[in-house]
Amino acid sequence: MPTHNPLQFYSEPLPGVDPEELQGKLIVIEGPDTVGRSTQITRLRAWLEQQGHAVMDTGLARSALAGRGIARAKEGNTLGPVTMTLFYATDFADRLENEIVPALRAGFVVLTDRYIFSLMARGLARSEDGAWLEKVAGFALVPHAIYYLRAEVPTLVSRVVMGRGTFDYWESGMDMRFGPDMYESYARYQGRVIRALDRMAKKYEFTTIDASKPADMIFRELQRNISALFQQPKRRLTQKRA
Amino acid sequence: MPLLTPNRFKGKLIVVEGIDGSGKSTQLSLLAQWLRSQGLAVAFSEWNSSPLVRQTTRRGKKKQMFTPTTFSLIHATDFADRQERFILPMLKAGAIVCADRFAYTAFARDVVRGVSPRWVRNLYNFAIQPNLAFYFRVPLEVALGRILGGRDSIKYYEAGMDLNLSRRIEESFRLFQGRILEEYDAMAEEMGFHIIDATGSIEEQQIKMRQIVMERLGESIASGQILHKERAFRANPQPPAVL
Repeated sequence: MPTHNPLQFYSEPLPGVDPEELQGKLIVIEGPDTVGRSTQITRLRAWLEQQGHAVMDTGLARSALAGRGIARAKEGNTLGPVTMTLFYATDFADRLENEIVPALRAGFVVLTDRYIFSLMARGLARSEDGAWLEKVAGFALVPHAIYYLRAEVPTLVSRVVMGRGTFDYWESGMDMRFGPDMYESYARYQGRVIRALDRMAKKYEFTTIDASKPADMIFRELQRNISALFQQPKRRLTQKRA
Repeated sequence: MPLLTPNRFKGKLIVVEGIDGSGKSTQLSLLAQWLRSQGLAVAFSEWNSSPLVRQTTRRGKKKQMFTPTTFSLIHATDFADRQERFILPMLKAGAIVCADRFAYTAFARDVVRGVSPRWVRNLYNFAIQPNLAFYFRVPLEVALGRILGGRDSIKYYEAGMDLNLSRRIEESFRLFQGRILEEYDAMAEEMGFHIIDATGSIEEQQIKMRQIVMERLGESIASGQILHKERAFRANPQPPAVL
């Protein structure tokens, strides 16, 4: 697998976007549901801003175009797996073109709560074709770093039960009925998502972080990694890459 | 990997394609009506009609939020919803599904908008391969005459105004449809389109269409593979005559 250069497209160029114009840093936090991604992003944002970086954060289903439509679709009972993948891909494309790319052009640090990998992992967990998913998401920009907060199913279960106190229909993959009840479906579905992310870890060069540790330790590990990222030489706009 | 997903079901998928004003919708509804009159189960699905996606598409169009990529993706989402929720179950049940526009519309239109042909073809890889695809070929001026005469306003995206081809909406529409026509012509052979000369009379075109349907699907119809009304079918065991 060839090494991906940051801020290049994975396989397909996005019409109207010249990667040469992009500066900024694109940092992805990936991981399954309830693993603690948003807690870390809130803290990272504050820390990065204290360091003088302008930060833009974004996440799944937050697009101006498709965010509301996805929320509405999930309230109903007819959202099929391929439709869901493509709806999320629409949402992602809208945020990439209208939020992420403009922020990178302006030299921001973009912190994204999940990226195409969750989208693909959810599709893979629902037995969609991996090659198809990769090509559909091929217009994504290669991030500078992908931090994969990894935990096993029992850790996730305990966070759901002790935290929110109830299993969510979609987080449990109940649309696919992986088990006879919410708990069993949750355990099997999240297990499939984790295995799918694990398989992507090497290919897409994830930095895997053990998310069963306390939040403070995870934060310090992320800080160390991101600090190192900023010590790498800055790209100049005029510089042509090989 | 094949371009589309083979149809392994009892039902059959018939699609029509062509530029705006080619008369494809008229022809498909005549065909559907005829098939129904023969006692056959017919289901109908129209491009860009999923209730799940409608509000998002409407919002994007109204506020002109679409880029070539999101325009392409939202239409694929729309199609996926219709296929998962309607077309697949109908094919499994043994109906003849008539689709007014299909993935080929995206292959033509989205490519004109600037998305990569390879990417958009992969996007629709999940779509069921039609048993019959009719392409209503019509010279640009004939189609434009039908459209521009009949309707008072052409919409922004229909005219390809997002491509900045011209500031005048009619001129933009003309240029946009012309390019789509070229894309259809270029893919006709590869996609195995049955080309109907859409300059002919409505009746002539319909006869041709029914003939092709009988040539290609007559056996499935006669064998009773297609879901049908018992009584009507017993009374008329022969494949329906053409007109």
